[in-house]
Amino acid sequence: MTFGNVVERCRQNESELVREWREVVARSLAGRLPAALVEKELRDILDALLGALEAGGGTDPQAEPYAEVRALLVELSRDRAQQGFSPRETAVSVFGLKEAVSKVLGDTDVTGFFRVIDEFGLYTFETYTKAREEVITNQAEQLLELATPVVKLWDGVVALPLVGTLDSARAQVVMEKLLQTLVDTGSEHAIIDITGVPAVDTQVAQHLLRTVVAARLMGAECIISGIRPQIAQTIVALGIEFGDIATKASLADALMLALSRLDVDVNAEIAKRSR
Amino acid sequence: MTAQELPIHGDADVVRVRQAVRALAIEAKLSLVDQTKLVTAASELARNTLTYGGGGSATIERVENGTRAGVRALFHDDGPGIADLALALRDGYTSGGGLGLGLGGAKRLVDAFEIRSEPGRGTTVTVTKWAR
Repeated sequence: MTFGNVVERCRQNESELVREWREVVARSLAGRLPAALVEKELRDILDALLGALEAGGGTDPQAEPYAEVRALLVELSRDRAQQGFSPRETAVSVFGLKEAVSKVLGDTDVTGFFRVIDEFGLYTFETYTKAREEVITNQAEQLLELATPVVKLWDGVVALPLVGTLDSARAQVVMEKLLQTLVDTGSEHAIIDITGVPAVDTQVAQHLLRTVVAARLMGAECIISGIRPQIAQTIVALGIEFGDIATKASLADALMLALSRLDVDVNAEIAKRSR
Repeated sequence: MTAQELPIHGDADVVRVRQAVRALAIEAKLSLVDQTKLVTAASELARNTLTYGGGGSATIERVENGTRAGVRALFHDDGPGIADLALALRDGYTSGGGLGLGLGGAKRLVDAFEIRSEPGRGTTVTVTKWAR
């Protein structure tokens, strides 16, 4: 593949090309990135690209001379993905060069050069998708952590408000966190609140039962609270039995039960604290 | 009525089936209790399709019977099938590690329940819940 004098002419008009290119890109980014930063990014990419073509890069984007171009594009697409730019906005960053070249070089035959740009556009797109997937995976992991706080309600009473779907992965995190908190705080009572769990099926029930049994092995009593009327009726129809595990309609009821089991005199505690 | 077909190949798909069933149940004006019952039954059956059937699909649709609206959900897999249906429906029996309440429980949660299965030919379960 020969590129004629395209590379040469690009070099001659390099600064004009970068300016045109930046304008195309700036149109799609609509001022969400500083112009100076975009211009530097594009100038580096163009310089690396022309350098690689001068070194006989050919049309294969995986070829050795293109290593620097690839590195720059990986950086660009990762940045764009993390900053939340759309695939289109990211792709324009590369494909915009075609528009700039057509405008600046006019009627020169640029078919070969365009094919190279297309290849790199696709390459950027692939990297962008990978980066986005990484972002999603990270978020899912963070959410798993976020969604399971264990809060201390009283000396010796901790609560675990569950929100959302309790699948196997989350149930595992929940159980670990609860058991660890029981040890760390020396609590003997744990309240698992399921107000925020939309559906209690046998799998969710099984996870709850296992958590309660594990907590018991460590000497702590669990109370399950937040059982709404529709959940209660569903549990009965399913035939799930919670055995001798205490269950309550609201977190407040569960706290009252825990406090009475601990023999706490709330009024005396309040008087003690305000003194 | 157009039926929606949803694939079941992972835990995330079970959640998706649940959400789609809930949306239809709300549309058919099922009461909150009935919505929850149907969603829970769908959750059990979708999980069975995944765990015991090795994955499959759910087809859900709104149905009408005179003036009554309802939701029908069909779960299908091409898994090993069930040899003894009566045993599989019995509470407390499980061939896996579950509580053994899913299939029988799902039957109690809905108004109509039909199961077809043969060893080696997969399993199809159809459930319907009507608005009161």
